[in-house]
Amino acid sequence: MVGGIMNAPPLSPGGGGLWAMTPSGGARGDTGRKSEMMDSLLGLGGLMLLRDSVEWEGRSLLKALIKKSALSGEQVHILGCEVSEEEFREGFDSDINNRLVYHDFFRDPLNWSKTGETLPGGPLGALTAMCKRTDPGPVTIALDSLSWLLLHLPCTTLCQTLHALSHQNSCPSDSSPVGQVRVLGLLHEELHGPGPVGALSSLAQTEVALGGTMSQTSAHILCRRPRQRPTHQTQWFCILPDFSLDLQEGPPVDSPPHPDPHTLRVDPTTHLTFNLHLSKEEREARDSLTLPFQFSSEKQQALLRPGPGQATSHIFYEPDTYDDLDQEDPDDDLDI
Amino acid sequence: MFPELNNLLNITPDRAEQGKLTLLCDAKTDGSFLVHHFLSFYLKANCKVCFVALIQSFSHYNIVGQKLGVSLTSARERGQLVFLEGLKSSVDVFFQANEEPHPLQFLREANPGNLQPLFEFVREALKPEENGEAAWRCPVLLVDDLSLLLSLGVGAVAVLDFVHYCRATVCWELKGNMVVLVHDSGDAEDEENDILLNGLSHQSHLILRTEGLATGFCRDVHGQLRILWRRPSQPTAPRDRSLTYQYKIQDKSVSFFAKGMSPAVL
Repeated sequence: MVGGIMNAPPLSPGGGGLWAMTPSGGARGDTGRKSEMMDSLLGLGGLMLLRDSVEWEGRSLLKALIKKSALSGEQVHILGCEVSEEEFREGFDSDINNRLVYHDFFRDPLNWSKTGETLPGGPLGALTAMCKRTDPGPVTIALDSLSWLLLHLPCTTLCQTLHALSHQNSCPSDSSPVGQVRVLGLLHEELHGPGPVGALSSLAQTEVALGGTMSQTSAHILCRRPRQRPTHQTQWFCILPDFSLDLQEGPPVDSPPHPDPHTLRVDPTTHLTFNLHLSKEEREARDSLTLPFQFSSEKQQALLRPGPGQATSHIFYEPDTYDDLDQEDPDDDLDI
Repeated sequence: MFPELNNLLNITPDRAEQGKLTLLCDAKTDGSFLVHHFLSFYLKANCKVCFVALIQSFSHYNIVGQKLGVSLTSARERGQLVFLEGLKSSVDVFFQANEEPHPLQFLREANPGNLQPLFEFVREALKPEENGEAAWRCPVLLVDDLSLLLSLGVGAVAVLDFVHYCRATVCWELKGNMVVLVHDSGDAEDEENDILLNGLSHQSHLILRTEGLATGFCRDVHGQLRILWRRPSQPTAPRDRSLTYQYKIQDKSVSFFAKGMSPAVL
């Protein structure tokens, strides 16, 4: 069931040659093919969106990808806005940590503390500074997180910066040969409307949406390569304490027969003795029915219009045998 | 504090974790019993507590605290508790001379920009003592509740920034803890509250979510509590990350039981 544990072999810069990917429908190949998930993810340059949710947090996958990049000898820049540097570096070996450059926007991003430690130009300034790097070789830039940036910066500015950042290797104006740049952006999906998310995803080469069942995490990967059809892939994995990925073949098979008793959702409307829902005909029949207390204009007319026999009607009174008829004038005492 | 809840969360006042943000969230029910729990828990744990209480008066929290075995009055006298009574001091914002920024300064502003004065208040309150001797174990910030700030006109991003700074100072710099309450309106149109709730959920380590029962009010089961551990310190089976219990609030305690296992039903 558990696939080969990836011990993250160094990947040649650019990851060329490892791009063979299973067609949409999931990776159920042999171990060698399964390890392609990360390779193909990291093989592409450009922007990669990691879309996570409250339930399925994506920072560990981000750290796993960073570890993989660092092990292949790349310089990794991290724009950290959400967790402290210590917390981010926790769990990495020292040789990986040495390759990480942490740009700290956690401690004082808005310069409230006035310690003077705030990086000039804010996060956007740091990003543009990263654009102007000179050292050759591939670079990975991790944004932790894009959500923080989106909440504090205009979407258009951020998109332009990201575009400049991820496309600088294709820009011919720079004479020095710079290697591939890949940008990993963590995006908390619930925090943003469809507009900004759509704008970012149209910029992204790769999108990874995290999800899962009770016991396992899944990543839905969408890759857009130039002049090719986008590929979809679903990969099940879990992340080990040292931030290496343990890839798995598919959704856990034992979970449907033994669902967690705490999370079993019982629909209270399933076994009812009465009908809660109406079919279309039943609904129409109900809507067309006039209830006796409803006062309509026809009813009003019927009441106001005198009936045909009403003007000529009389009251006939026949006294009963035992009726006690009073012969006296009832108004006798009034003395009129 | 409620011992049963401590058992569920696997904490005791003697060994409380440090550097954690706990998010309390209530949907269609009142989750304030959790605030009272954590207030009495951290006072008993001998922590220095800064309580930003915007919803109720001091005497309210004091009376509930006495039921749970802590005296807020004496805690405040001996300097363990710093209490910002929002109901009272909001009046001071308007009637006091304007020499230094009031923690609730944003009430005076037409367009409340940020909550920096409130953060300065928290930082000042939890600042380690000058004379070196650490009288209290670790600093703790409690806020009841953050949704109210939205109602007072502060934007969701400004509240998230406030929490961010408190997190950087209290949780990271001072190795303390934070507990904040947010209401879940359950209303898809309340975008600001959704941003606040989701943004906080992503920042927090532990989420305690109380919900009213889907089937409506019940005398013997008052609601259900969902516990979600995010970012566990040691990797556990994902199955254990999330637990759901039902609860019944009693006079001085809260009893928790598995779903459908209320003593009144069995």
